[in-house]
Amino acid sequence: MSLIDDLFARLRTSGEKALMPFVTAGDPDIAFTGRILAELDRRGCHLAEVGIPYSDPIADGPVIQSSYTRALDRSTTLEQILAMLQTRSSSNGMPIVTMVSFSIVLRWGLERYIENAKAAGVSGAIVPDLPLEESAALAEICRREDFSLIQLVTPTTPRDRALQIAETSTGFLYYVSVTGITGERNDLPPDLIDTVGWLREQTPLPVCIGFGISRAAHVQQLAPVADGLIVGSAIVRRIATAAQNPPDAVLEDVGGYVGELLAALNER
Amino acid sequence: MTISGNQTAKLAANVPTDQGRFGDFGGRYVPETLTRALDELVVEYEAARNDPKFQAELTELLRSFVGRPSPLYYAERLTARCGGSQIWFKREDLNHTGAHKINNTLGQALLTIRMGKSRVIAETGAGQHGVATATACARFGLPCIVYMGEEDVRRQAPNVFSMKLLGAEVRAVSSGSRTLRDAINEAMRDWMSSVESTHYIIGSVVGPHPFPMMVRDFQSIIGTEARQQCLAQLGRLPDRVVACVGGGSNAAGMFYPFINDPGVHLTGVEAGGLGAGCGEHASPLTYGDPGVLHGSYSYVMQDNDGQTSDVHSISAGLDYPGVGPEHSYWKNAGRVEYKTCEDRDALKAFDAVAACEGILPALESSHAVSQAMKIASTGCHDEIVVVCLSGRGDKDASEIARLRDVQLGLDEASHET
Repeated sequence: MSLIDDLFARLRTSGEKALMPFVTAGDPDIAFTGRILAELDRRGCHLAEVGIPYSDPIADGPVIQSSYTRALDRSTTLEQILAMLQTRSSSNGMPIVTMVSFSIVLRWGLERYIENAKAAGVSGAIVPDLPLEESAALAEICRREDFSLIQLVTPTTPRDRALQIAETSTGFLYYVSVTGITGERNDLPPDLIDTVGWLREQTPLPVCIGFGISRAAHVQQLAPVADGLIVGSAIVRRIATAAQNPPDAVLEDVGGYVGELLAALNER
Repeated sequence: MTISGNQTAKLAANVPTDQGRFGDFGGRYVPETLTRALDELVVEYEAARNDPKFQAELTELLRSFVGRPSPLYYAERLTARCGGSQIWFKREDLNHTGAHKINNTLGQALLTIRMGKSRVIAETGAGQHGVATATACARFGLPCIVYMGEEDVRRQAPNVFSMKLLGAEVRAVSSGSRTLRDAINEAMRDWMSSVESTHYIIGSVVGPHPFPMMVRDFQSIIGTEARQQCLAQLGRLPDRVVACVGGGSNAAGMFYPFINDPGVHLTGVEAGGLGAGCGEHASPLTYGDPGVLHGSYSYVMQDNDGQTSDVHSISAGLDYPGVGPEHSYWKNAGRVEYKTCEDRDALKAFDAVAACEGILPALESSHAVSQAMKIASTGCHDEIVVVCLSGRGDKDASEIARLRDVQLGLDEASHET
């Protein structure tokens, strides 16, 4: 059982849902990422996705793309990111998963990546450019290392394929709410609730929704049908102001924002 | 180095696999969102390939709209200047829109219509693929959006204006290195949101399966014609075939029909830029390592963390850190030899072809010509070297003027003396 399995087992027993923020490692610098993670943990976020900056992210909208560019412009390396994760302080034991391009994992070496991430206290990986057909080798290593490999299902995924993906995913299943790239949206697709509901009937895995979620209203609307909600661009956009504003004010702003979302999660 | 007939037969027949693998290379490393569209494209392309009506329509378009077959031309004065082997040009520069790119865009535009999709997107580097896509879309009444890096918009301005005249919308991409690689990223992002109504006409033998195979097949008309023309005009196959390699579509189309001819030596020429230093060139097959970029596993320029490295070439069409997976396969199998040509040598070849043959070759093609001249100068006159002259150089005139400090419309009259 990984930390992620423990988390969702606990939440399902108590009938709670998870709030899972995304932050880009190294934006504006590595030390600040460590402080943000500590703040998210302290506020009671259930799991954090740490984005490993990549030079050519095709699934990301302008907000996350620019955060990757900022991090890489400061020569952020994977080694620095893993060192920060290893030494981070965690008051509530919030699990971490990395969102990482397969280009990086492959260059680093599949086994080496998983071993090093695990040694740094990371519980799983989301590899957005590694579809089912290409994932066998990495999935095998993850299984052996008890490291979650979280797979994605999207609105364009046929239902029989969604079931196959659910079978190979570990930790949780990531449902991408929209046909598109990451970024905040006013409205989410009308059939989202039905599709996620159907998916949760098919698999024992927790199903978490990401892409486009940014408002308390989204959280209230979606929390009942999912096991967890992922919020990315809305947080990264707030962190983007850290270059101009005092770090403490940005921490407070992000902390306050996830506080509102956490409250909405339990307001149902 | 040429490998045995048996091995070459195996090379050509078995690739790619159903998973899009050329040996270890290729595959499909893209977000799940695109999987269904790529699966549909595989099925639709296979059906079209076996549909005589589709093939007949494409063949007729290539004849009456593009002007195919393109001639195989003896570059007599260039040959005399090099003083060795005969240099022959496969004249893709004479195609409608001035390059080989139209062979692929017409095929994919027909596929777009066949799939019932109503919108087309494309990326472009030198602008030749953008113009060829805009042309095919105008011909079939499809709305067309072309993504182009800001740096390329600047250095290939004439093509930007042509695309607009043809009704396409050109979107300048300001992220990253502002070149071809970033244009592909942006086109992919558009496709992530529009995939249900839009076809992405990739311009080279790169990207996720089935694009590398499909673009190679559409471009194979180049090599198929060249092979037949050699037999008809020269009574035999050429000794050597040379083509430039950026993503590698003209080279793939030129080489593929010769893969089973072990006596034909194949040379791909990468952009050597300013030299061998990191960031000075765009030669992943020569200086890079296998890795994943833009959906396939192939040679790529990247750092130890897997971040794509900046590359440089004088030629926008070759200024790309990756290369089509089939080239990686041919390289590792030893079937094709890959060389580099630096910016200054490409410019020398450009000048030589202009002066000796009355042809302005594209800067991309000039890289291949440079290598061919090198080969020819050490060969004997019986030896036949065929170069793929993949495009014409009108688009490069203003950039060459800039590099030579010539102000168009002001200085050039006084330079005439």
